[in-house]
Amino acid sequence: MKERKIISVTVLNEHGVLSRIAGLFAGRGYNIESLTVAPIPDTNLSRFTIVTNGSTRVLEQIVKQLYKLIPTYKVIDNKEFVEKEMALVKIPLDTNLSGLDALLKGYNGTVANSGENYLVLLVADDSKRVSNFLKAVKKFNPIEIVRSGSVALEIE
Amino acid sequence: MELTGSQMVIEALKKEGVKTVFGYPGGAIMNVYDEIYKQDFFEHILTRHEQAAVHAADGYARATGKVGVAFVTSGPGFTNAVTGLATAYMDSVPIIVISGQVPISMIGTDAFQEVDAVGISRPCTKHNYLVKNVNELPKILKEAFYIARSGRPGPVHIDIPKDVTAQIGKFEYPEEISIPTYKPTYKGNAKQIKKAIEAMKQADRPIFYLGGGIVSSGAAELVRELVSFTGIPAVETLMARGVLRHDDPLLFGMLGMHGSYAANMAMSEADLIIALGPRFDDRVTGKLSEFAKHAKIIHVDIDPSSIGKIVKVDYPIVGDLKNVVEQMLPLAFDRIESSKYENWRELLRRYDQIHPLSFEDSDEVIKPQWVIKRTGEIVGDKAVISTDVGQHQMWTAQFYPFTYPRQFITSGGLGTMGFGFPAAIGAKKGVQEKLVINFSGDGSILMNIQELMTAVESKIPVINIILNNNFLGMVRQWQTFFYEKRYSQTDLSMQPDFVKLADSFGANGYRVEKKEDFEKALNEAIESNTVSIIDVVVDRFENVLPMVPAGGTLYNMMLEYKD
Ligand SMILES: Cc1ncc(C[n+]2csc(CCOP(=O)(O)OP(=O)(O)O)c2C)c(N)n1
Repeated sequence: MKERKIISVTVLNEHGVLSRIAGLFAGRGYNIESLTVAPIPDTNLSRFTIVTNGSTRVLEQIVKQLYKLIPTYKVIDNKEFVEKEMALVKIPLDTNLSGLDALLKGYNGTVANSGENYLVLLVADDSKRVSNFLKAVKKFNPIEIVRSGSVALEIE
Repeated sequence: MELTGSQMVIEALKKEGVKTVFGYPGGAIMNVYDEIYKQDFFEHILTRHEQAAVHAADGYARATGKVGVAFVTSGPGFTNAVTGLATAYMDSVPIIVISGQVPISMIGTDAFQEVDAVGISRPCTKHNYLVKNVNELPKILKEAFYIARSGRPGPVHIDIPKDVTAQIGKFEYPEEISIPTYKPTYKGNAKQIKKAIEAMKQADRPIFYLGGGIVSSGAAELVRELVSFTGIPAVETLMARGVLRHDDPLLFGMLGMHGSYAANMAMSEADLIIALGPRFDDRVTGKLSEFAKHAKIIHVDIDPSSIGKIVKVDYPIVGDLKNVVEQMLPLAFDRIESSKYENWRELLRRYDQIHPLSFEDSDEVIKPQWVIKRTGEIVGDKAVISTDVGQHQMWTAQFYPFTYPRQFITSGGLGTMGFGFPAAIGAKKGVQEKLVINFSGDGSILMNIQELMTAVESKIPVINIILNNNFLGMVRQWQTFFYEKRYSQTDLSMQPDFVKLADSFGANGYRVEKKEDFEKALNEAIESNTVSIIDVVVDRFENVLPMVPAGGTLYNMMLEYKD
């Protein structure tokens, strides 16, 4: 039985730490659904948000193996998280845009940029809702879509 | 104190009390070698291949428990060292490999002898460093030694660009070190330990499954006490040979693929497995769904990721074995009654009588097992034993009478042919007072045969006993059993003359074709106190038995092979 899991890893922000984590997943055959990383302001730490899936035993191993890396400070995996991801969608202005406003409203989306020929739309929401938005936005003939990985924060 | 990067390396080694290092120079590490030349605190042994330098550092570490050190240059020097790192990693051996690297300004340009060394070593080291600033070097060196030997030990690799070895920086070697992100758990959870002892008390058929962690932790004495007091029978992994004396009545031998019948039956019929520092390797468990089916499992290990990795554990205990067993002892004295397990011991003794470890000796040909047994009778605990990989390795584990931990040095996890001889060289540097004997095969010995020169030059009198079957014997055995005797690329009838070969390096060579000549050759080799090769012609088609075929079950061993 595979389950999906969010793991938040705080590491020392030092040379090669991304390759340690990515290499751990690749070398041991673990799945990465998404991986997001950025430094934590005013510290020498970085925070990885990793979305993965696997059996209970594999997920347990992933957490232990992450913790075993020398630069790993903290691994949080069993908390309740707020999880968000973001998508940017480029649609041509010469498309029929009727209904776009309602769609954006439904997903708390915005127009991030309005250019001469294209609009760039932005949504930031739960993974599932971002997927739904991307399905719905198809009728506006998007020519490019970019989607981020998840970022997550424990709620308590 | 202002020092160059190279001088810092030397100073750090002095502070760590390192007396012997192994290595091989080259362009990117030359500044360091210049400082090695100028100092006389430690001895540098020039091996004839970087792989051997790392295995020697590894053998030194396994024999002494101290951190082994090796130096190599960038590019091919480093890639040659990788097998050594991986070997040490799989067996949790504390070593430090320091490699040269091209200057920082040239990294990433595909410069001469540039290779992404830390990229390569990352998955086969406990930790690694690329030194980008000379001022970080003292801290990195201190950390490296600390990380290598603490927690679950392992190899650490430090890659130093050539310009960093020349730069001058402030040298302050930290006395103490604390790494906020690295805090191994040493003390076992008292509640868990109590529960484990209770489980031992409740059990009718408990068994100690002893692993290499006991050796790393220096816990063998305490484990001996725990075993003898509780009267609970024990089995050992390959890496734990010598934890108990071979003649301990509670020891039922090695378990696993070539373990004894009694040991594997004990695991299969036990109702409680008390795993002290093993890692449930697939060569030990056989088919997982059938492994220890009736047993609850206690697993003690300092590495949390080792617990629950392969099998479900009922009583996980994270901690240093020495501490945990120390915590267990008084509770065991209180709660456990050895007499309770008498029926169980009796059953195992019976298993041992029905199918003891044995071989059919012969007077026509020399049986490889006989050579090992005979060597054991002649030198016994006076010798530290290393091996290469193959049949000879398994026979050594089965038939040599080991009596103390660190007496047996073998590549267990990676199974590296070519390990034995350089590891023996390293071991001999560490335990000068002992004889060091390497049991090898005619295949394995050629994988680092150039080390004859190292041993002769540096006067390191290691004895190599080749159990010469003119085959890559272990692979041949599998071909016999599982490939209908299609001996694809395993016939080694084409051989060097090992006596002449030894002679050409200035070592002693002996060829033994008859049983009665063996003892004489061995005694001569010992008395000569010179590097020796004893080439013993053994039965070509002898098989290692009993055997659990890969993926088979422990309780269903192949006890004999009928042609
Ligand atoms: C470096 C390396 N290459 C290949 C193997 C696969 N292998 C395992 S045992 C073996 C045969 C070893 O032959 P030999 O050294 O003559 O020992 P024997 O089995 O005959 O005692 C081989 C090829 C290995 N373990 N290590």
